[in-house]
Amino acid sequence: MNINRRKFIKTGSAAVAGSVLIPPLIQSCQNLKVSENVKSYLDHFEVTVEMLQKVISTAMSRGGDYADLFFEHKISNSLGLEDGKVNRAYSNIDYGVGIRVLKGDQTGFAYSEDVTIKAMLNAAKMAAAIADNPGKFEKGNVVEKMPEEFYRIDKKWEDVSVKDKIPFVQKINDRVFSLDEKVIKVNAFLNDETSYVMYYDSEGKLTYDYRPLVSFGVVSIMQRNEQIENNYSARSFRKGFEWLSDDVVNELAQETVDKTNILFDATKPKAGEMPVVMGAGGSGILLHEAIGHTFEADFNRKGESIFSDKMGKKVAESFINIIDDGTLINNRGSLNIDDEGNEVQKTYLVKDGILNSYIHDRISSNYYGVDPTGNGRRESFRHIPIPRMRATYMETGPHTREEIFENVDYGVYVDNFSNGQVKIGAGDFTFFVKSGYLIEKGKLTQPIKDINIIGNGPQALADISMVANDFLIDNGTWMCGKGGQSVPVTCGLPSVLVKKLTVGGTSA
Amino acid sequence: MTIAEKYKLAKWAMQHALDNGAQEVSVSIFDSTSSSVEVRDEKIDKLEQANQAGLSIRLMVDKKYSAHSTNRLGNKRELQKFIEEAIKGTRYLSEDEFRTLPDPDLYYKGGGVDLKTFDNNFTDIDPQQKIDAAFAVEKEVVGSDDRIISVTASYYDGINNTVMVTSNSFEGDTSNTYYGINASVSVSDGDARPQSFWGESAIFYNELKTEGIGEKALKRALRMIGQEKIKSGRMPMIIENRLASQSLGPIISALNGSAIQQKNSFLIDKLGERVGSDKLTIIDDPFIISGRGSRLFDGEGLALKKRPVFEKGILRTYYIDTYYGKKLGMDPTTGGTTNLVFEPGERNLEEMTASLKRGILITGFNGGNTNGTTGDFSYGIEGFLVEDGKIIQPVSEMNISGNMKELWMNLAEVGNDVYENSSWRTPSLMFNDVDFSGL
Repeated sequence: MNINRRKFIKTGSAAVAGSVLIPPLIQSCQNLKVSENVKSYLDHFEVTVEMLQKVISTAMSRGGDYADLFFEHKISNSLGLEDGKVNRAYSNIDYGVGIRVLKGDQTGFAYSEDVTIKAMLNAAKMAAAIADNPGKFEKGNVVEKMPEEFYRIDKKWEDVSVKDKIPFVQKINDRVFSLDEKVIKVNAFLNDETSYVMYYDSEGKLTYDYRPLVSFGVVSIMQRNEQIENNYSARSFRKGFEWLSDDVVNELAQETVDKTNILFDATKPKAGEMPVVMGAGGSGILLHEAIGHTFEADFNRKGESIFSDKMGKKVAESFINIIDDGTLINNRGSLNIDDEGNEVQKTYLVKDGILNSYIHDRISSNYYGVDPTGNGRRESFRHIPIPRMRATYMETGPHTREEIFENVDYGVYVDNFSNGQVKIGAGDFTFFVKSGYLIEKGKLTQPIKDINIIGNGPQALADISMVANDFLIDNGTWMCGKGGQSVPVTCGLPSVLVKKLTVGGTSA
Repeated sequence: MTIAEKYKLAKWAMQHALDNGAQEVSVSIFDSTSSSVEVRDEKIDKLEQANQAGLSIRLMVDKKYSAHSTNRLGNKRELQKFIEEAIKGTRYLSEDEFRTLPDPDLYYKGGGVDLKTFDNNFTDIDPQQKIDAAFAVEKEVVGSDDRIISVTASYYDGINNTVMVTSNSFEGDTSNTYYGINASVSVSDGDARPQSFWGESAIFYNELKTEGIGEKALKRALRMIGQEKIKSGRMPMIIENRLASQSLGPIISALNGSAIQQKNSFLIDKLGERVGSDKLTIIDDPFIISGRGSRLFDGEGLALKKRPVFEKGILRTYYIDTYYGKKLGMDPTTGGTTNLVFEPGERNLEEMTASLKRGILITGFNGGNTNGTTGDFSYGIEGFLVEDGKIIQPVSEMNISGNMKELWMNLAEVGNDVYENSSWRTPSLMFNDVDFSGL
């Protein structure tokens, strides 16, 4: 729904970013000089620098080493289509501040949905309890940090009426029906999300971010004789309303119909170990599950990851470079600042086949004595930041797709996935294949569907024997879950050959 | 907020929506408190405290439907604007003739039994006692075996309160409490570091099991040492009770009104037909005292009933809410499960395993999925190869694959060892003829 912050917030006696409406009470205590940008965020959350400093002082009052405040205001809207009409809408407003205190590796955390000074001081006291000595805290100078701009947009979602979004959702339904007479039902959705984030810490760092996110998706349900199949296609970006177009509608509609059509003649393959060719794009799920999570430094700090002792060691063929990147323009996984106020990076996890870097948050980068990589992320102000991936992908390699196929006598080709998982310690990872093909004597033959593939992370990484030059990022609605927190991510891969993985199927 | 304050706010919001053009309205106000402490290396690793509150409102405006929620409850004028904007936006949607509030005759109207889902002593528990409980779990195992790499223990608890009102006469509130303790242990196995977990939970603090949790997690991790994959093949599978919900999930999802109406179910038009072996009998029982899924009314306010879901393999009910009931031309039952209770068998997991000639005992799942339309499934697993009733080899990095309809026709035995820490009270289950992929 069009919950326009600018409209309703006026009655909440705060100003939206960029606006000049400042209640006198707040203006009168705004003594410290800050930039216009920072001021708009302070006003947005109805706080002053003095208030932030007071809350931080309380958070540090029991001898914490470090404390931070994470303010967040998130406006989410969703439109849904079922049985031919855009006949449902949902919206949510979430608002609050998370207060964290660190003492060595230890974390105290509390949050408040109310950002009055009284409520924030209460939360700060709770978070402070992780440390137990009366501490001495000298508040430092405020250091403003300008965020990067990886997702500049033209038209903010907050300024778009539901009336202007509806036609795109309706059009995708009509388009899918027009493409194939086997279509019996269509589900479609358009979700947009806008987050205002402000960050302040005990070192005086003050920074902010404005995070748009759009997801547009469609499910086509098709019937051939008695058989019903469905499949899903979606795109997601940190882009504004200007991204929606008839081209996007047509591309998604065609893709979902094509992906569903494959399923009618698809079967389960014979079960067992075999070569797996991973098609360019969404196959990046291999990196996310097989190594991404096991490279997250919190698991390694605790010695729980199978990669715990592998830093600087050769883990893959020397033509393999694997990256976790928070800087891709308009990418769903990108951040202008991470959720600990740190700069994001393009981080080489594996460089020339050698394990180069873990994925760090503040705690782990201190532990390992390295610079933070900008991977400290959190689902919301209600959660503690932990090391998380952003966009995880492999760079282009020296082979061609054709050469890869020539090397496979019997195996499977997969390029469409729904979900994956990993056991960090054992290293066993899985991904669920919605559809793919058998490869027989270098050629794609029988379509396959609905099978799980399982492997072991270090082994699978070492078994990637060929990497093609057709690198592609998959801009689907990837959501990554860890420790009860979900964050948006993406992944990508050129076509690769994994010498062997265990493929689910029939064994009779 | 007290319960009375929540009712007052809910009714105020409902009235504001009615005054501004909504014809039918449902409002819920909830608040919750939770805390957790995680310990490792004999230190507190994380200490978390949380209090939250929110309002959600469902609107029917000129036969058009939308739902909204916010946690900005402090300012009435802002809430009014929120509701007014929501109504304005709803008017742009397409009409949906099937959207209405439930028939008031079907609402819960009070007078139900006390289901004992709330611990009145919640606020009296000394925070230090919670921290000590977590440390005690860690202490059970730290230093007890030189293969241990990492031990994490945690204590958590919380309280939830919800009030709901609708514009056609429903009023109801629910409150519940929960407490839990978990332990997770990683052990060394060459390069691999198998990790296992054990947890206990309770509605009442004095019923929370606090002992043996660390030891159990360690024991489960140690027995994973030496995991291997074995040759692919078709054989029986036993699923440990606390994991059996993984196999149950897809057949319950297939009973959902939305899945039926949207043709995303492999159990369409199967009421009264055989969908499982005669060992499959499950009752949905909302009224179990202190059951994890116990409640008197559902999310729409519908009065709940005890109902058979499967009787000796025959499908007896779908889960139909008001909206999909109207779309399907069926009477609503309820939109989701409460407590699912199996008719128990005669033996527990150990006894079932001891009688197995050759098969796999599953103690962990790893990813995988089910195609909701066809029932085809494939899941990663770990567990143990059993031969002549004896566990002979820990296995991992394998998949099971098949079709849910065939799987449940192959249900060979239901255990008597019910897992009670969940609303789905699953016993251990044995299935015949399951495809395992390995080497």
